[in-house]
Amino acid sequence: MNIFCAGLNHRTASLQIRENFAVKQEEMAELLGRLRARDGLSGAVMLSTCNRVELYASSLCPLQTLDGFHTILKERVGSDVPLYYHTTPEAVRHLFRVASGLDSMVLGETEIFGQVKKAYSFSVERGVTTRPLHRLFQHTFRVAKQLRTETQITRGASSIGSVAVQLAEKIFGQLDDCRVMILGAGEVSERTARSLQSRGVRSLIVSNRHYDKAVTLAAQIGGMALHFDHWEKNIRDVDIIISATGAPHAILTVEKLQPHLRHRRGCPLFIIDLAVPRDVEPSINKMQGVFLYDIDSLQKIASESIDIRRQEIVHCESLIAQHVREFLLWMRKNPFMSFSCCS
Amino acid sequence: MTCCMRHLPFQLSLVLSTLFYFSSCLSSLLGFRSRGLRPGRFDWMVIALGVLAQSWFLMTQGAMEHACPIRTLPEVMIFLSWAIGLFYLVVGTTYRISLMGAFSAPLILALQSIALLLPGAKMPLESSINPWIELHAALSLIAFGAFGLASISAIMFLVQEKQLKSQHPTTIFHYLPPMRLLEAVTLRLLWLGWVLLSISFAAGWLPSHSISGMKFGISLLVWGSYVLTLFLYHKHRVGAHHLALMAILIFFFALMIFPVMRYISGLYF
Repeated sequence: MNIFCAGLNHRTASLQIRENFAVKQEEMAELLGRLRARDGLSGAVMLSTCNRVELYASSLCPLQTLDGFHTILKERVGSDVPLYYHTTPEAVRHLFRVASGLDSMVLGETEIFGQVKKAYSFSVERGVTTRPLHRLFQHTFRVAKQLRTETQITRGASSIGSVAVQLAEKIFGQLDDCRVMILGAGEVSERTARSLQSRGVRSLIVSNRHYDKAVTLAAQIGGMALHFDHWEKNIRDVDIIISATGAPHAILTVEKLQPHLRHRRGCPLFIIDLAVPRDVEPSINKMQGVFLYDIDSLQKIASESIDIRRQEIVHCESLIAQHVREFLLWMRKNPFMSFSCCS
Repeated sequence: MTCCMRHLPFQLSLVLSTLFYFSSCLSSLLGFRSRGLRPGRFDWMVIALGVLAQSWFLMTQGAMEHACPIRTLPEVMIFLSWAIGLFYLVVGTTYRISLMGAFSAPLILALQSIALLLPGAKMPLESSINPWIELHAALSLIAFGAFGLASISAIMFLVQEKQLKSQHPTTIFHYLPPMRLLEAVTLRLLWLGWVLLSISFAAGWLPSHSISGMKFGISLLVWGSYVLTLFLYHKHRVGAHHLALMAILIFFFALMIFPVMRYISGLYF
């Protein structure tokens, strides 16, 4: 028996190709059924995300399984498929790397862990997994968790939106009760607002020089539009301000903010200035209870996080190598795992 | 196990607890230096073992003296560090603040080390120990345990605030909890400490035991400082930053002044 893995990902195929091969959950059961009908394949788990379509299988004849997978995908899209494939032990190592985020487009991202878990559960529910696959995936989850807790591979945030969310969470904790005011209805502020929304923010106010644009964005993100003349009065009621207007000078100064702070009863205020030129006077950061971040400081934090993650790759790879050896040892101890007809 | 514990010299348990706290400090220090700080179960476990060893010491000492073991300055410091450790075990778990161990252990270790180095000359035992006075003294120290941990939480708050203000947060930023949580923990511990201290004052008053004017004055000053801080905070006259500063200042003032006062007055703590 061999552990086998084949597929395509963001490194081997462009987005245009990947979107053709993406497998919806409704189709997956049928595909898994067809694959299992092939000789030599005992169990299979299929992972389909925006960055990869991969098959993990326990198979007596890996090449035959590869051929079957290739044919099925080719039939679906009507063109040739640029597939890569691995067998034991490389397939085991590959899965460990994928689940830990080492093979992801954004190094160390954690979403893939949930996606692998979901793919495995899907196969378990349909009874298309085998003992080696159970063991492999349980081991994979253990590896991913260990890497997450014992290394810095998931440390920090890697985009401006996620850095903003991380900072907000370090100030306020839960963001459910936070009120956000967006100044300027541009794409950057919208993306940042959506990142905050994804972490629980419910109350959003959008203010823009052109009121109709504020109304449009407010409708898109489920917020409330506000005339630009009134945004200053709302400072005392909001916790986070995202500013990205096209103003040629600072629209928020110490003098403007000072009177409102008295009414905030000690509540912290987080200001995210995404505008160039800046909308917020830098000296505002010196005020008690006010935390100001501009686009450069956010970008710097994101870059540093990525650097830290990169430095951790060697450590992660050595931990993974150790786990691969452990898994191979288990395979060797189980006689039903030790043979294959072709590999 | 029980048999071993029975024969374990109680002084050894004190050394053991010091070693436990030392290992907690060491692991945090090494973690910080290697940027691989992993606060969590280890800190909690080691501090729990330290508290357990201290409890054994205090219990044995108390049984020997037939009194609450706070008759010497070293005993007082051990009791105080024990109270801080105990509060950490509860608060750290309740609020899931694993890093609090890394901040608490140095303070506990410092108190315990000073206690081990100080000469333990005992105050003469009074012919009859007043249980109200015992309660007063013990409760005061437990209250200061809460104030001690409040000051730890306040230090963590100020560190996190500085990290966020710097716009260039370092590794510790990722491990520190949110500022609002630290503010809430500090506030609750201050309230708890203040309630316990007030009860201890009442217990001290009940038997009409004579107290020195200076001790009463200083105690009232500390108690009043906490009242004023809490009052100003709730009236929104001071924010979380000043609440944290006051929590630290009052605790360390008390920590310095009470031992000095005890030697001057020569009275029961």
